[in-house]
Amino acid sequence: MIRLEKRPQPSRAWSMATPVLAVIATMVFGGLLFAALGKNPFQSIETIFWEPLFGEFSFYYRPQLLVKGAPLVLIAIGLSLGFRAGIWNIGAEGQYIMGAIAGAGVGLAFYPLDAWYVFPLMVIAGALGGWAWAMLPALLKVKFGTNEILVSLMLVYVAEQLLASMSLGLLKNPEGFGFPGSRNLNDYAAGNSWIAQDIGLHWGVAAALIAVIFAYVLLNRHMAGFQIRLSGEAPRAARFAGVNPTRLILLCLGLAGALAGMAGLFEVSGPAGQVSIDFNVGYGFTAIIVAFLGRLHPVGILLAAALMALTYIGGEIAQGNLGLPAAAIQVFQGMLLFFLLALDLLTNYRLRRTVTEGN
Amino acid sequence: MKLTKLLAGAALALGLASTAMAADKTKVGFIYVGPINDGGWSQHHHESAKKMAEHFGDKVELVYQESVPEGADAERAITQMALQGADIIFTTSFGYMDATLNVAKKFPKVKFEHATGYKTAPNMSAYSARFYEGRAVTGFIAGKMTKSNKIGYIGSFPIPEVIRGINSTYIHAKKANPDVKISVIWLNTWFDPAKEADATQALLDQGVDVVLAHTDSTAPLAVLEKNGGYGFGQAADMIEFAPKPRLSSIIDNWAPYYIQEVQAVIDGTWASHNAWDGISTGMVGIGEITDAVPAEVKAEALAMKEAIAKGEYHPFTGPLNKQDGSPWLADGEVADDGTLAGLNFYVEGVDGDIPQ
Repeated sequence: MIRLEKRPQPSRAWSMATPVLAVIATMVFGGLLFAALGKNPFQSIETIFWEPLFGEFSFYYRPQLLVKGAPLVLIAIGLSLGFRAGIWNIGAEGQYIMGAIAGAGVGLAFYPLDAWYVFPLMVIAGALGGWAWAMLPALLKVKFGTNEILVSLMLVYVAEQLLASMSLGLLKNPEGFGFPGSRNLNDYAAGNSWIAQDIGLHWGVAAALIAVIFAYVLLNRHMAGFQIRLSGEAPRAARFAGVNPTRLILLCLGLAGALAGMAGLFEVSGPAGQVSIDFNVGYGFTAIIVAFLGRLHPVGILLAAALMALTYIGGEIAQGNLGLPAAAIQVFQGMLLFFLLALDLLTNYRLRRTVTEGN
Repeated sequence: MKLTKLLAGAALALGLASTAMAADKTKVGFIYVGPINDGGWSQHHHESAKKMAEHFGDKVELVYQESVPEGADAERAITQMALQGADIIFTTSFGYMDATLNVAKKFPKVKFEHATGYKTAPNMSAYSARFYEGRAVTGFIAGKMTKSNKIGYIGSFPIPEVIRGINSTYIHAKKANPDVKISVIWLNTWFDPAKEADATQALLDQGVDVVLAHTDSTAPLAVLEKNGGYGFGQAADMIEFAPKPRLSSIIDNWAPYYIQEVQAVIDGTWASHNAWDGISTGMVGIGEITDAVPAEVKAEALAMKEAIAKGEYHPFTGPLNKQDGSPWLADGEVADDGTLAGLNFYVEGVDGDIPQ
């Protein structure tokens, strides 16, 4: 018999090893899945993990990894701060949308003015948009003790309705023949986020890297970071240590909202180009997976986002080249989280062989 | 721009490579917004694509990508296809318009065809079907068949194509039944069976007994089959729901168009255009009208279809007023294509507002 024994301390070694093991397990079982679909498993796995990085067209795909990964990093960094403190913001998708609307709105208001200050104002508006949307669950939680999981999640759907309304009304392209969607910000030099499009570099990529460093310093060198960690790991001790929970909630949700809002702004003014009804494609939800896959650690999140971006882009290539169904790729990505959670058991428990007496 | 050059270079190299191979194979790409088994829009594009590939046999290689979100991801999916050496790429949803145009600029040698949009380029065509012609026929049947005098319409996105469909449905339902009222529910999605089912049920709860859908799944018909009421196949025949609740259907038949365009690429005669075909060329088909519809109604509906096919009757013929009562078309006047292409108002008698 094998039984599980709780470790006195979560194992650091296993905590580092499980993401790697999860990736390997996903490759193995994903390969089996692809084989069951009648595709060559080795070729499929190679296409997903190798092709975007070193394949024939990697000159195009490598920049795309930055484009796909940057919003995930930005949002996941913000979420991880709250998650560490036990504050569960599930509505980053809504904050992302509101940041995009607010930021693009400012940009479109200045159109076609060509001035250096347009884009910085858009970034500030984007951050404020996301921050304000996150303040709703924060204030409701602080004032009335509502559950931030439910409120932040429900506000995603409200944000989606606002997005549709903006695409069809206020922000609609006046030269768009009545079709929904705003002007394309890629055609507005002062209002788009590209630094160098040919290498996939936009301000969101730069901001993502800055956010990683900022979060690392905050968590390791700053009092607020200590309070965040303490509240998550030992809530009672935190209270005795004089941590103000109200301030912590406002700080964590506010930062997460602002970062998600900025991610939305960088996306709408760069890769997406316009405010449209289906602008959001789920970065806010995927970032939750990224945050946990990265162990809520800034550097881990960077790596996890790179991995998620790789499976997205590689998965698309596999669809196009090998005819793998889209659903199989989604199952493959789902496996990654599944195995991570399953293997996480080993971080907190160890396997013990039980010897039954008399044998 | 370096990337543009780089990509253009790559495209050129691929273009040369594929012309070298083109003697035997033309690579044709398709981008779908839904899964290829959605039972409606995407499935029908895919089936038409397969018919096209069958027609050409070994001369054509078909590649596709399904469930591609409209937005930033679409541009990558299309670029990827162009990089992989596609000679012509069909992007089959309205939301791919700007993405298709962006990629078309980078790959001047590759031909692009965007469905249901309005932007074109020297190497990018737009194509669409006059679904409103089919809507006239199904709207007429709906008007005859409703007992509660209430018909319902499940709208996807409030774009001109869908607004044309609602107007055409209402105009002809009213021809059949002057007391008819239409309720519209907007879903802001092309494919979401759960939402489509909920919307159908909501309409039934309001006393509607005939539901027309402009979304892509079979969910509305499934609800109608269970809870009563009539409906129509949309994009696909959906004959599995006949004779009730499915009374007839609007079938999108893209195959002849795909064959024509791919042939033009093979022949080297492809040219950018804006195609808008209807019942007359067979791009829009009317599925079998079932026996649940009385014979004289069926005869009238088929007569209308014939008249439209022959060009004797246009579904938007005056006198017609706009929703606010202001005049649109004088007696006998026919709507011009420009107005129809950008149609953004309801005709008089339709309740509710177009989401703004």
